[in-house]
Amino acid sequence: MFGRLTWDAIPFNQPIPLITSIVVLCAIGAIVAWITWNRWWPYLWNEWITSTDHKRIGVMYIVLALVMLVRGFADALMMRAQQTVAVGASQGYLPPEHYDQIFSAHGTIMIFFMAMPFIIGLINFVVPLQLGVRDVAFPTMNNVSFWLTASGALLVNLSLFIGEFARTGWLAFPPLSEKAFSPGVGVDYYLVALQISGIGTVLTGVNFVTTILKIRAPGMSYMRMPIFTWTALAANLLIIAAFPVLTATYAMLMLDRYLGFHFFTNDGGGNSMLYMNLIWVWGHPEVYILALPAFGVFSEVASTFSGKPLFGYRSMVFATMAICIISFCVWLHHFFTMGAGADVNAIFGIASMIIAVPTGVKIFNWLFTMYGGRVRFSVPIHYLIGFMLTFAIGGMTGVLLAIPPVDFVVHNSLFLVAHFHNVIIGLVVFGVMAGYTYWFPKAFGFTLDERLGKIIFWCWFIGFYLAWFPEYALGFMGATRRLQHISDPSWQPYLDVAMIGAVVILAGIVLTVVQLLYSIKTREQRRDITGDPWDGRTLEWLTLSPPPHYNFAVLPDVHGEEAYWTRKQTAIKLDRLIDEPNYQPIELPLNTPVGVICAFFASLCGFAVIWYIWWLAILSLIGAFAVFVWYAWRDEHEHIIPVQEVRKNARERRRIREEHLQNLSQSV
Amino acid sequence: MEIFDWGRKRHFRFAETRGLAALLVLLTSGCDRGVLNPVGPVGGAEKMILINSTAIMLAIIIPTMIATIAVAWWFRAGNKKAKYRPDWEYSGAIELVIWSIPALTVILLGGIAWIGSHDLDPAKPLKSPNKPVNIQVVSLDWKWLFIYPDQGVATVNQLVVPAGTPVNFTLTSATVWNAFFVPQMGSLIYTMPRMATHLNLQADRPGVLQGESAQFSGDGFPGMQFEVHSVPPQQFAAWAASAHGGPALDSAAYAELQKPSSYVKPMTYGSVSPRLFDAILMNTAPPPIAPATTPPAMHVSPKTPLGQKNVR
Repeated sequence: MFGRLTWDAIPFNQPIPLITSIVVLCAIGAIVAWITWNRWWPYLWNEWITSTDHKRIGVMYIVLALVMLVRGFADALMMRAQQTVAVGASQGYLPPEHYDQIFSAHGTIMIFFMAMPFIIGLINFVVPLQLGVRDVAFPTMNNVSFWLTASGALLVNLSLFIGEFARTGWLAFPPLSEKAFSPGVGVDYYLVALQISGIGTVLTGVNFVTTILKIRAPGMSYMRMPIFTWTALAANLLIIAAFPVLTATYAMLMLDRYLGFHFFTNDGGGNSMLYMNLIWVWGHPEVYILALPAFGVFSEVASTFSGKPLFGYRSMVFATMAICIISFCVWLHHFFTMGAGADVNAIFGIASMIIAVPTGVKIFNWLFTMYGGRVRFSVPIHYLIGFMLTFAIGGMTGVLLAIPPVDFVVHNSLFLVAHFHNVIIGLVVFGVMAGYTYWFPKAFGFTLDERLGKIIFWCWFIGFYLAWFPEYALGFMGATRRLQHISDPSWQPYLDVAMIGAVVILAGIVLTVVQLLYSIKTREQRRDITGDPWDGRTLEWLTLSPPPHYNFAVLPDVHGEEAYWTRKQTAIKLDRLIDEPNYQPIELPLNTPVGVICAFFASLCGFAVIWYIWWLAILSLIGAFAVFVWYAWRDEHEHIIPVQEVRKNARERRRIREEHLQNLSQSV
Repeated sequence: MEIFDWGRKRHFRFAETRGLAALLVLLTSGCDRGVLNPVGPVGGAEKMILINSTAIMLAIIIPTMIATIAVAWWFRAGNKKAKYRPDWEYSGAIELVIWSIPALTVILLGGIAWIGSHDLDPAKPLKSPNKPVNIQVVSLDWKWLFIYPDQGVATVNQLVVPAGTPVNFTLTSATVWNAFFVPQMGSLIYTMPRMATHLNLQADRPGVLQGESAQFSGDGFPGMQFEVHSVPPQQFAAWAASAHGGPALDSAAYAELQKPSSYVKPMTYGSVSPRLFDAILMNTAPPPIAPATTPPAMHVSPKTPLGQKNVR
């Protein structure tokens, strides 16, 4: 009846997961009770859960990412603590079977359920606004994408309470991840969760490539698109090209595990090297799916806070697209030590270094964007400068790792782990934190607290150096990754410093929560009345904060590269806004529960597949299919916002803008 | 007065040097077993490439980092002396330079990578007047088996090599992937089931080195460490001769060895079938211990992955 699922799956005899489970369940229970008590369910259901508004979906992605950041960071703290205490004679407080799950979960959660949702959330929120349009190409599919991602996150976290997670590392290399060596449900949780969220990610890719290629405001030609939108295009092209490879690879491993196939097994003609190649054909572009939009955020930040256009816009576009293409030609640098031979290693090594050229150009372009500017040292510019310094080092260690003979002595070492945390924290985390601070007022109509924001930045910045520079050194001493126990006591001081670094970062994460709550509490003093709190240059600052559901009452006419800046300067020069346009009623897609219901069945199906509860798997598949049939036969697609309402809101915006313009001309 | 001042300065310098030395000692205290303290030609060459490449890149990166801070600070909003150029967004000359700097660096480093990859190809035999020693390496759950086919002995978690003599390793795994790594000797390489990889290393001087697995392989992975004893050549011959007194690595002993275990103490086997490694490679039962009468089976390198079940 319940397949492999028995009471043994609940970790009654393991205090750490058991207590965590109880605490988390209590917290969820308390939140649910609070929402119910305040009768917020109808609001949540109508305005958020079933929303097809790209802005709302973007915010939900970022909420998911922040929650998963806490989960993933808890794993990180546990690992650091274990390595600090498990030196020499001591085995620490985590046995290998638990420690191995923690580092696998940390990597999986941080990449798939923290970094990806954060980046996709920013893309969701910003791209249609920057393009000057009302929504993405497929709004309902956007909602489905989000809920499938959330469903994957749910399954990964469920493994903490019921069963176990993979003990194989975050990429689950066979033959270790094959049934012969990992018979438990851990790898199945990993595979099923990522298959479900992977579908969501591919749908996102399709959605945004279509949006950017087909839906733009009048006059918004490709070479007038803001750089963030360009990087979003590049990232989503990579998603479309790379994620199907991941799905196919995982499908093959699932066939091995579930049906006794021999794609990657030791016997029956299987070849585990094939998996290594396939997973990195996805894995390396994945790095740039995260990196490129972060570059995009920094381009926006550099230009806005320097009060200047981005230096070398065309160069930036070219560099972005070059990285997008070359990132597909370098996957082999993840396993130079497989013995492929000198020619193969050298070619892939040099291809990897070539990526450093457009990346280096980007760094110089940001530098020259600040040159001749008036740099306002707000929170996002802190992240920009912190990133440029940190990323220079991460890039250098990356090029070192791309030299095969160097890689031969630091492959899989803590030097490698320090390198990729150097670029993931220094680029992706700094980038999304800058983006979060930069676009927060646009989403909610008030800014985040500056002082706390700067403290958070310093926590991340100093914490990163404390946590990861000792690991670079340990890598040179021959310390390999994923050690549950450290045998060399002379490494202790380095591990202690790294632990301190982790605690400093923890302070930054706690303060992020504090900052959010404090800013909400004091929101009346920090209102963004004009919709343009940073003196922005791109179209998202044209509309109010928060923008109306339809973003723009009339799609803006775009002249030149900096659509909003040009318009603002013209208004200041002529001392008046452009003539009031002829407002029209606006059609918007209806809300839909199809995403959340479909994800409910997907989660149920995933859970059933993990535990071999086949009747439930079949039932939930039928359920999910029925939802789509019901959706396909719906009668109403859209609702219409009457012209009176559009005009009323638009006039209110014009009134605010005119007041603001007068203030500006008085100050000048 | 002047002399006094000079003396004080000198004294200060002395203290400074001492402090620096102490810091260096602290920083490098753990390095004595690491890749920055190589004992052989492979590790030495790799360290050289590592340091040269780092120096080349630092020559670009340090000025860029300083320029980043300097530009951001000079052009801060409050600085009245800085010239505000709100429309300056392009300069062909600057574009040319900023594309050239990383491109030239990469051309230089690419050359290093190309030459280094060929010189230090793990499968390439080392140049040496001495005849190399052959050692077959098998990673098991979770320990290392080293077979000396020419000497007819085998060890577990203890590698004995003659100093100043090239060692020709042939490696495979009996279970999952691992990576054979002796940081001070240089290059690491994967051990993979049903496939043989090749690695050539050398320890120049006698000593004890630490070895480990550098590819996560399951719960017992942290205990997969081994010691490398680099001994003078005569001592190596003597060791091999004395090792024959140990127990035989027959089918029963191998079956026992195959059982998962970790933190295994070093062991020596006095006799071993010369075909054991090939049997592991082919995933067949270990052969009885007998003199080799059949030629060794074909080694399968990663370039020609084993296609079908059994080559026999």
